[in-house]
Amino acid sequence: MNSFSYNKAYDVAEAVADIQEHEQGKFIAGGTNLLDLMKENVMKPDHLTDINRLDLADITENEDGGLRLGALVTNADTAWNVLVEQRYPLLSKAILAGASPQLRNMATNGGNLFQRTRCYYFYDTTTACNKREPGSGCSAINGINRIHAILGTSMQCIATHPSDMCVALAALDAKVNISGPNGDRTLEFADLHRLPGNTPHLDTNIAQGELVTSIDLPPGNFTKNTFYLKVRDRQSYAFALVSVAAALDMDGDVIRDIRVAMGGVAHKPWRRRDVEQSYIGKVASTENFRELAETMLTGAVGFGGNTFKIALAKKAIVRALNEALKTGENL
Amino acid sequence: MKNDTTVLEEPFRKRPDLPDYELVNLTINGQSFKLKLQPWVSLLDAIREYAGLTGTKKGCDHGQCGACTVLINGKRINSCLTLAVMKDGEAITTIEGLSDGTSNHPLQDAFVEHDAFQCGYCTPGQICSAVGLINEGRANSLEDVQELMSGNICRCGAYNNINAAIMEVKSKMA
Repeated sequence: MNSFSYNKAYDVAEAVADIQEHEQGKFIAGGTNLLDLMKENVMKPDHLTDINRLDLADITENEDGGLRLGALVTNADTAWNVLVEQRYPLLSKAILAGASPQLRNMATNGGNLFQRTRCYYFYDTTTACNKREPGSGCSAINGINRIHAILGTSMQCIATHPSDMCVALAALDAKVNISGPNGDRTLEFADLHRLPGNTPHLDTNIAQGELVTSIDLPPGNFTKNTFYLKVRDRQSYAFALVSVAAALDMDGDVIRDIRVAMGGVAHKPWRRRDVEQSYIGKVASTENFRELAETMLTGAVGFGGNTFKIALAKKAIVRALNEALKTGENL
Repeated sequence: MKNDTTVLEEPFRKRPDLPDYELVNLTINGQSFKLKLQPWVSLLDAIREYAGLTGTKKGCDHGQCGACTVLINGKRINSCLTLAVMKDGEAITTIEGLSDGTSNHPLQDAFVEHDAFQCGYCTPGQICSAVGLINEGRANSLEDVQELMSGNICRCGAYNNINAAIMEVKSKMA
C-alpha cells in the first residue's frame, strides 16, 4: 500500500471540501474494496477522507411512499431492515447473495455502487489493463475470460460490474442522490454506471469529489412476485457468473408490469426497458419468458471462455421469472 | 490487566517523508489502548503488532478467509480490510476477550467438545464469527449456519464439526 494523508469529516460539506484539496483523494466508508485494491497497488489515492461520521446512516420513509437508504447504512443493516424486507424483498435477497456476513457488516450502500470489477487482469499490475492504465491494452479479450462480459463490451474492455445489490437497484428504478462542490443532484440508476466504450477507466458518471448521500427506492408493486437468482462457481461467497433480478406485477395470469435486470454480463447492470415494455399485457408463461430471454440477449458476444454465459443467461432469466411467479403463490 | 491503559510509543518504523502518526484510541476487550499509528495501519496489524494481541490471525489479508474476524460493538468484521484510524473510540472484542478470565465462552468449549479444528489457525476467526452470527439471530437451521459462516475458510476442512459446535451452542441459547 502507498502512503497517504487521512482526514475525518464530520458533515457532507466538510467532506466535499476536504477532498477538493486532493486530486487523487478518495472517500472511505467501509473500505472493503478500496483497501483491498490499495494493498494490490491497483488504486493509489494520495488522501483518504473518512466519511463514517457523516449523518447518513438511516433508512427513512419518503413522502411518496418509497424508502431512502442512507449512503452509510451497511449492506447487512439494509438487507435485514424490516421495511426493506417487507417492501423490497428483491433488494434484500440480492444483498444477501453477495459477499460474506463480515463484509456486509462493513460495506455501505454508497460504497457498493463504486465497487470495481473483479477482472483478474485489473487486479494484476503486471498485465495490461485499460481500466487500470488507460491505453495499455486489454489482457482479457484474448486471455482467460470465463467471468467476463457478453453484452455492451468494447475492444478496450470486457470487464463486468461485480455488485449484486446494484442489479436489484437497477430493476427497482432506484435514484441516487449526490452532493458535490457545485451543489446537489439526482441520477437515475440507469445513468449511474457506464459502458466501457473508449473510456473503461471511468466506471460511473459521478465526478471526482462528488459524494453519494443516499439512494431512493420508488414506491411500487414489486413486493410479491420477485426473485434474485445468482449462478456462480461456488454456492456461497463468490461473484456471479450470471445473476438475474426478476420482478413481476401480476393481474391474474397477465403481466401488469415486469422488470428483468442482469448481473455478471456487462460493465453495468443490464436492462432492456423496451423488451420489458413489450411484455406488458401478455400472459406470464414459460414460452413468453423464453422469447423475452432470447430478445434480451440480442447482440451478446462471447470471447471464448465466457461464451457459455449467453445460453446460461437465457435459462437464468426464464428460471428467475418462473420462480418470481411461484414466490407469489406461496404468499 | 483490564482497565489499564497501554501506550505504545515507537512502532517498528518511522520515515520522515511519511505523514505523521495519528493517536488512536482503541478499546480492545475492555482495555484502553492509545496507539501511535500511521494512517495505513490496518486494524488487524494494530491489534497484533501494536497492541500485542496475537490471537487474531492474518490469513489472506484481503477479506477472503475470515481468519482476522473480530467484533466491533458485537458485529463481526474483517479487521484486515479496515484501517485502525477509522475505528478510533470503538469497542473491539477479539478471541482473547471472549473468556471472562476463568471460564471459556460456550463456543470455545463447544469447539473443543466437537473437535472443530485441526491446525487451529482459522479458529479464533471462526469463533468470533460464530459469536457474531448468534448475535445477529438470523440463522435458524444448519443450512443457515453454513451460509452465514461462508466468510470463514477452514483449509483443514473441519466444517462439519464447526457447524455442529455452533448448532449446539445455538440450541442451548434458544
